[in-house]
Amino acid sequence: MPIQQANWSPYDNNGGTCVAIAGADYCVVAADTRMSTGYNILTRDYSKIIQLAEKSVMASSGFQADVRALQKVLEARHLAYQHQHNKQMSCPAMAQLLSNTLYYKRFFPYYSFNVLGGLDSEGKGCVFTYDAVGSYERVGYSSQGSGSTLIMPFLDNQLKSPSPLLLPAKDAVTPLSESEAVDLVKTCFASATERDIYTGDKLEILVLNAKGVLREYMELRKD
Amino acid sequence: MMKIDFSGLEQNASLRGNPNELLSGLSTAPEFQIPNTNDFDGFQKESIQMVKPAKGTTTLAFIFKEGVMVAADSRASMGGYISSQSVKKIIEINPHMLGTMAGGAADCQFWHRNLGIKCRLHELANKRRISVTGASKLLANILYSYRGMGLSVGTMIAGWDEKGPGLYYVDSEGGRLKGTRFSVGSGSPYAYGVLDSGYHYDMSVEEAAELARRAIYHATFRDGASGGVVSVYHVGPNGWKKLSGDDVGELHYTYYPVEPTTIEQEMAEVSVS
Repeated sequence: MPIQQANWSPYDNNGGTCVAIAGADYCVVAADTRMSTGYNILTRDYSKIIQLAEKSVMASSGFQADVRALQKVLEARHLAYQHQHNKQMSCPAMAQLLSNTLYYKRFFPYYSFNVLGGLDSEGKGCVFTYDAVGSYERVGYSSQGSGSTLIMPFLDNQLKSPSPLLLPAKDAVTPLSESEAVDLVKTCFASATERDIYTGDKLEILVLNAKGVLREYMELRKD
Repeated sequence: MMKIDFSGLEQNASLRGNPNELLSGLSTAPEFQIPNTNDFDGFQKESIQMVKPAKGTTTLAFIFKEGVMVAADSRASMGGYISSQSVKKIIEINPHMLGTMAGGAADCQFWHRNLGIKCRLHELANKRRISVTGASKLLANILYSYRGMGLSVGTMIAGWDEKGPGLYYVDSEGGRLKGTRFSVGSGSPYAYGVLDSGYHYDMSVEEAAELARRAIYHATFRDGASGGVVSVYHVGPNGWKKLSGDDVGELHYTYYPVEPTTIEQEMAEVSVS
């Protein structure tokens, strides 16, 4: 009898796109709400964004079961941190925690492409972008997911911030105002929805600033 | 069945005895979960395809009279897509030691941070800074124990210890080489060409920095997987210092300035009739 191979994969890709933009005193994190599998839409109303701490918001695309498991691990770790240290985790600290959490599954990865946004300890916007196994980098803006190859070049064109590696250093946050950044995000998703089958239905936008967190929705094409 | 050596991840046992379950993941390092499959290698191959670590890169380091010069580009590619133009490929392990990143970005970032922790523990336990030989051996032993599991790391450990400047090449196949000149990555052949032809032991810091910068620049010119910003670091007796960070797009015109040419034919407006 010929050798039979298992055809079952533990992974699936539920599609979707996430974007985050860092401002001088705010951060915008957005994701669409479509969840798909293959050519089917499972639901039009699934949130990919979670607020992990007072000043940290994570958006993740990829395999939503792994995303949910990762969210639960981070929430639990943050709760334990609050019990031990009597304060909220800062965004850069959460960024490193996420990186380590992803790397500890290096040989059985979380199929989750994450973008972490928030305010650093100086109140400036910060965005961290990740690959599936935890390599991360602080950037001025980022997008992950099925529509990222469509959105990133557009953001590069509009927001290209000087590389943090340049010496003498130049600031990486966008000079845009909060409302301009939100409009830019809406434009990104409207365009990505046109050309990416996995992006659409509804857009969820979270804006973090010193006053707190605001949530906004925008309808996208449902086809 | 071969037992995997996880000693690289162990931490000292908690003084409090048995911590409660919720916090037990915090004081001891979490263990690596292994997928429950018979074909471990096949699974790893597939998941590496999914992750597609950044392999395209150019990094170099060399020893000269004034210490060690370390330089790298900053591009990360996933297949043909440039996922970042601002990746930090020179990792600051501690104020006296640098590591370079080539291969899997997450692998390099994680294990260099882990090496930094081990170096600090060595300092606390032995009341003296760890040597470059020792640090590179720690990393090489860890990578050797994960040999065959799909880690992708091609790094150089550069530092200045009691014996003077030190430079080692360490990779995820378990190789560890002591040397005076190394370049790692897809752009390394181009960098070697410029580096080897311009190298003298008796260079000044400025000359060495310019050589390193030019070598990386030429590699980014010819290698599609390298680009972004050239970072140049110098490691001296008092530790490392970042000397420059230049965008290669702009650097091109300092090496190959555009000659102003006489305009032979002015462009004329096309009338719309």
